[in-house]
Amino acid sequence: MAEPRFAVGDRVRALPVDPPHHTRVPRYARGQVGEVVEVQGSWPLADDRARGFTDPRVEPVYTVRFPAAALWGAADGHWVQVELWESYLEGER
Amino acid sequence: MSGQHSSSETAVRVRRLEERLIGAGLTSDDELDGIIGRLLAGASPANGARVVARAWVDPAYRERLLADANAALEELGLSMSTGPQPQRFTVVANTPDTHNVLVCTLCSCYPIALLGPSPSWYKSEAYRSRVVREPRAVLSEFGLDLPEGTGIVVHDTSAESRHMVLPMRPDGTDGLDEDRLAALVTREGLIGTAAV
Repeated sequence: MAEPRFAVGDRVRALPVDPPHHTRVPRYARGQVGEVVEVQGSWPLADDRARGFTDPRVEPVYTVRFPAAALWGAADGHWVQVELWESYLEGER
Repeated sequence: MSGQHSSSETAVRVRRLEERLIGAGLTSDDELDGIIGRLLAGASPANGARVVARAWVDPAYRERLLADANAALEELGLSMSTGPQPQRFTVVANTPDTHNVLVCTLCSCYPIALLGPSPSWYKSEAYRSRVVREPRAVLSEFGLDLPEGTGIVVHDTSAESRHMVLPMRPDGTDGLDEDRLAALVTREGLIGTAAV
């Protein structure tokens, strides 16, 4: 169980992945940039658990806040918060 | 859960899946019934309403609830650890500036121990796909028309946390005790599709 790579306030990008197995990156967030608003502690990676791995990776989970305008265009000016495991994310300047 | 499903298409599919798992020796009817029974025992929106009423009358409790909701639940004899694995729990507070609403776009994650089984609309594709995209319109269809200046935060429950909304205390409720306040709180208020 590693130290979290990201901290509250960091900008992160959800990787534009499309794995052939279960994952918990909602499609609408893939490739999008948001801001870490909470570090939730570490949890077994859902992708590994769904594949029946007996020793799933355990990773920090982050609450990442995305502006709806980035996700959907103009939209309602709202925010969408998504909870993402660390390996779903990369740092964004 | 053996013998307790209705004959709906989903129930038939669930039962077929259960039979495959049981046939493969991975679980048993007794084990499944036990898990579901423990999860649902005492699970009701009345629990969430109690928590809200306490937070309304006790500012120190409200602070503890927003800082560490799992611990604050234990103070009231409630728990998010009745399911197969303990769940991290957070409470998000509505303010005049910010309204919160919950969804699980990937499936139907929901704080069952605190709110009971989820309403069918919460699991519908229409709600799950629309509320992240046009929450103002969706809330309006629920009868909740937010002021223009109120921002909206949609919480997509995509990992291992569960959430509950803490509605704002309605005006004109100063004289009410905790039980009467709790009676004002609806399941929809705790999800964020109603004001209270």
